[in-house]
Amino acid sequence: MQFALMIYHTPEEFDMRKNDYSDPHLGAWRAYYKALVEAGVYVGANALEVPETGTTVRLREGKRRVQDGPYADTKEQLAGFIILELPSVDAALEWAARCPGASRGAVEVRPLAPEAMRRGFTG
Amino acid sequence: MNGINQEDTQRAIERVARESYGRLVAYLSVHTHDLASAEDALSNALVSALNHWPKDGVPQNPEAWLLTAARHSLIDAIRHQQVVTAGEPTLQLLKESSTETTLSTHFPDERLKLLFVCAHPAIDPEMHTPLMLQTVLGLDAARIAQAFLIAPKTMGQRLFRAKTKIRSGGIPFEIPQERDLPERLDAVLEAIYAAFGIGWDDMAGADQRGRDLAEEALWLVRVLLQLMPGEAEVQGLLALMLHCEARRGERRDAKGRYVPLSEQDPKQWSLPLIEEAEHYLAEAFKHARVGRFQLEAAIQSVHAERARTGRTDWAAIVLFYEQLLRISPALGTRAGYAAAVAEANGPEVGLAVLESIDPEAVSHYQPYWAVRAHLLQKLGRTAEASDAYDRAIGLAEDPVVREFLLQKRG
Repeated sequence: MQFALMIYHTPEEFDMRKNDYSDPHLGAWRAYYKALVEAGVYVGANALEVPETGTTVRLREGKRRVQDGPYADTKEQLAGFIILELPSVDAALEWAARCPGASRGAVEVRPLAPEAMRRGFTG
Repeated sequence: MNGINQEDTQRAIERVARESYGRLVAYLSVHTHDLASAEDALSNALVSALNHWPKDGVPQNPEAWLLTAARHSLIDAIRHQQVVTAGEPTLQLLKESSTETTLSTHFPDERLKLLFVCAHPAIDPEMHTPLMLQTVLGLDAARIAQAFLIAPKTMGQRLFRAKTKIRSGGIPFEIPQERDLPERLDAVLEAIYAAFGIGWDDMAGADQRGRDLAEEALWLVRVLLQLMPGEAEVQGLLALMLHCEARRGERRDAKGRYVPLSEQDPKQWSLPLIEEAEHYLAEAFKHARVGRFQLEAAIQSVHAERARTGRTDWAAIVLFYEQLLRISPALGTRAGYAAAVAEANGPEVGLAVLESIDPEAVSHYQPYWAVRAHLLQKLGRTAEASDAYDRAIGLAEDPVVREFLLQKRG
C-alpha cells in the first residue's frame, strides 16, 4: 500500500533553503533518498518552491479571487512530498522518523486513497 | 487546606500510584484475568483519592485504602454488567475479601504472574513491552505510543485487543513451570530490554533509536529481581542496563554532539553505577548458567574496565561475542561482533565478518551500514565508504547521529 510523507518546513528552514542550502543539509536529504531507493520502497517525490511563491485561486459567486501566498495561514508550510510503497503504517512512521524533515519541521504520514478511487479520477 | 499540603497530598498520590500500581492491578486481575477492568477500577480509586485525601489527610496505609476503593469500584462495575465475563464466583470472592473490616497490610504480590502474562507467547511479541508498561507501571497509551513510534489511537486499540485476548483467551495467571521457565523468562527480559532501548554503543555511529523509557525499564528489572532474586539472567540484564546507564551522560558533548564510546572520557562515567553493575554481574556468574544478558553485560564490563586500565581488551570482547552468537545470532550481535573483530584483528577481518551477513536482512538496518562505512574508510576504500555512510545517514533517526556520520563521511 502507498503512503504520502508530507514534509512541512518552518520559516527558518525555508530561509536556509534560499540562502545557504549546502551540505550537510543537502547531504542528509541525499542520503535519505538513497536509503529509500536501496530499500526498494521509493515510488516518487518532489520538493516545492518556498511558500511566498504560491498563489491561491478561488471561485466564489462566479468571481475569481486570487491571493498571494499559500492556502493555509500557518507557521509550518508544505515543502515537499514523498510517495512510498510499504506494507503498513508502522513502516511508514519509521521512515517518517528517519526523514531529515522530521527533526526540524514535521512529517505527516497519510495513506493514499484506495486505488479504485484514484482510478475513478484518472479513468 | 493550604497549597503546600495540597502539593504534599498530590505527591503522596503520585508516589503510591507509582509504587503500588502494578501490585494493585496484578492483585485485582489475578482471578478475573480482566486487566482493563482492574485498571479502570484503580484509576477510579486514584480519582477518589484525589478528592478525599486533601480533605481527610493521607491515610496511614495508602495502598490498602486504594485497594479497598478499587475493589468497590470493581464490584460496582461487575454488578452493572460492564464486565460480562466475570462470573459469579469471582464476584463472591471479591465481595468476601472486601467485607473484611480490617484489610491486611500485606496482600500477596502477584506482579510476577502479571509480567509472565504480558510476555505470554500467545500475545503478539510487539505488544509485550507496551502491556508491561501499562499494567505494571501505569503508563498511558499516548506515552507508550511516543516511545514505540505508533499513533496513540492505534496503540490504544492494540493494548485493548491484547487485554481482550488475555481475558478471554485462557492465558493463565501463573508462574511457568520449571520446564518452560527459561524460555518464558527470556520473553519477559526481552520486553524489559526493549523498553530500555539502548543496545550496541560499541559501534561508532550506530543509531540507538532510543525508546526513552530507560528509567521505567530499570524500575521493571529491579521489580523482577526482587521477585526472582536467584535468577542469573535477571541479574545479568540489570548489570547490562546499569553499565549503559553509567555512560549515558557521556554520549553527548557539551555542545550536544554525538560522542562514540571510543572517544568518551572514562573518568566521566558514573563509578557508582559501574560498581553496582559489576556487583550484579559477579552475582550472576556465581550461578554458572551463562545466558545472553550476562554475556552482553560482560562485554559492557570490558568496556568499563577502560576507566581503570586506560585500554580496551578487544580480544576479550571478541570471545564474549562468539559465545553470544551461539545463543543469539541477532543482526545487532553480528554487527557488533564484526566491529569488535575489526578492532582486535584489523578492519579487513571485520569487514569479512560483516559481509557474511545476508544483504537482504540489512537493507533497513542502520548499525550495519555505520560499521561498514567505518571499516571501509579505515581500509582507504573511500568511494565505497562514502556510499555506506550515505546509507547509514539515510537510515539514522537521531539527528545527532546523522550529523556525526555526515562529518565522518566528509
